[in-house]
Amino acid sequence: MVDNGVSFRIFKDNLFKWSLVLVSFLATVPLFLILFYVAKNGISSFSWTFITHLPKPPGEAGGGILNGIVGTLLLIGWSSLLSIPLGITLGLYLSEFREGFFSYWVRLCIDVLQGTPSVVIGIVAYAWIVITMGGFSLFSGGVALSLIMVPMIVKATEETLKLIPSALKEASLALGVSYSKTIFKVIIPSGLSGIVTGILLGVARVAGETAPLLFTAFGNPFVNWNPLKPVSALPILIFNYASSPFPEWHQLAWGASLFLVTIVLLLNAVSRVVIRKWKVQF
Amino acid sequence: MKSEPTFKGILYLSAASTIFLLAGLFFTLLRHSLPSLKAFGFGMFYRSVWNPVSGDFGAFPFIVGTLFTAFLALAFCTPFALAISLLLGEYWRGTTWSGILQTLIEVPAGIPSVIYGFWGLFLVVPLIRSLESKLHVAPYGVGIFTASVILSIMIIPYAASLMIETIKLVPYDLKEAAYSLGATRVEVIRNVVLPYARSGVFAGILLALGRALGETMAVTMVIGNSNFIPKSIFAPANTMASIIANEFTEASDPLHLSSLIEVGVLLFFLTMVINMIGKAIIRRTVSGAYG
Repeated sequence: MVDNGVSFRIFKDNLFKWSLVLVSFLATVPLFLILFYVAKNGISSFSWTFITHLPKPPGEAGGGILNGIVGTLLLIGWSSLLSIPLGITLGLYLSEFREGFFSYWVRLCIDVLQGTPSVVIGIVAYAWIVITMGGFSLFSGGVALSLIMVPMIVKATEETLKLIPSALKEASLALGVSYSKTIFKVIIPSGLSGIVTGILLGVARVAGETAPLLFTAFGNPFVNWNPLKPVSALPILIFNYASSPFPEWHQLAWGASLFLVTIVLLLNAVSRVVIRKWKVQF
Repeated sequence: MKSEPTFKGILYLSAASTIFLLAGLFFTLLRHSLPSLKAFGFGMFYRSVWNPVSGDFGAFPFIVGTLFTAFLALAFCTPFALAISLLLGEYWRGTTWSGILQTLIEVPAGIPSVIYGFWGLFLVVPLIRSLESKLHVAPYGVGIFTASVILSIMIIPYAASLMIETIKLVPYDLKEAAYSLGATRVEVIRNVVLPYARSGVFAGILLALGRALGETMAVTMVIGNSNFIPKSIFAPANTMASIIANEFTEASDPLHLSSLIEVGVLLFFLTMVINMIGKAIIRRTVSGAYG
């Protein structure tokens, strides 16, 4: 005879399962709230003027975020320029020399750099570049962001290149192809999707970074292309305008938030497609 | 064939440059915090006066504020992260639903922290303010509690992703043995899955803690920026990261700047130690599961 204990245990089992489902979906509510709020408040300030004009002084409605858009693009450009070559070479090094004393230390350094809070990275870039060159600048912002990007690119490159079977490399070497040609013509092309994904995720990450830019790129109400002068960026602009008391500036900040969230989520989505379509598989 | 030594040389050089980079980073931070170390010694870590006007700096209120917000955020985030990882790693493994939930969990990790702060300022802060007036505490709206709520939303993806992996690593034969003895699924989870995945779950929480300690912008925008030791979890405060973000560009006095950098050094070492413990646990768990 089945005693009542069993049906109680089955009831408990179901209760547990459905409470897990409930709690999990509760955890996704904030995401929808954020996207809804940013879209609702940001959509009204979206127009052609919004992305082609400079911000207006408080009290005047309208104006745009051109300085932030140009600044963010320039910062991404500079940080990519500084971090992509170093990141790929390091990833290559770690996947080619997996064991050993030196590799252990390099890997440790990359791990530490990856875990360093971005505000501390900002301090370091300030001490290295801003103090040395005597002022806030686009270049120092690029250096700070590249310190954040390098570990991401290294990890992505290393993980992908490790998956490539050594038979591929050996086949190339056996045909008499030199080591460097093997790397450039066989290894890197086979792992390109992983490397590209790492770069895209790195760009998405630094596009939204604010803390290190506060004491490096600093912000600028005008468009600036000069690497030695301060420059604005979308996150700095959002932070400054969100903490201001003017409703017109809050409106600009909502618009800038919508713009930034769209870009960052698009980059994330593209990187997912890249992983899925051109996956490294042997 | 002449390019071969050059090519390998470049590889070695870039590897060596990383070690120099990190050594330089250490050295720079320490050198710039030297003036405040000389002026206050270790008093920085237990004195609770932070007064830029009189040039007296002790970071104890910020250490308290950081630990308060980070641990409160962990307490909020752990049940959610655990529920998600049990669903994705055990119940719904490989189903369509798990794909949907997985995406919904990963997207928040990509949203910039300044957006969380802005959103929090306009939605969460008023909500907390009305909650506070119901509870009859001073209705600031901003403060440690608000910062922890927003922080917990931000760190759920980090905690969950590692927990999912470790829960997936639990061997089938252990689970099947328990089922064959007549255990229900919740009993298997309580007596087999969770004890087996215990250290991985703990590592996930530690890595989330590392994120929470260093998180700057969202916290800065909603914590209320007070330089005193917080009296309750609803009080305004400052974390180590938020005091740096707030005062760094305004610090004209070299001693002020150096004190802020010393706070940064402390934050750096704290997150480094926590991340390293977390990673060591992961390494042991993974090698234990396969080896």
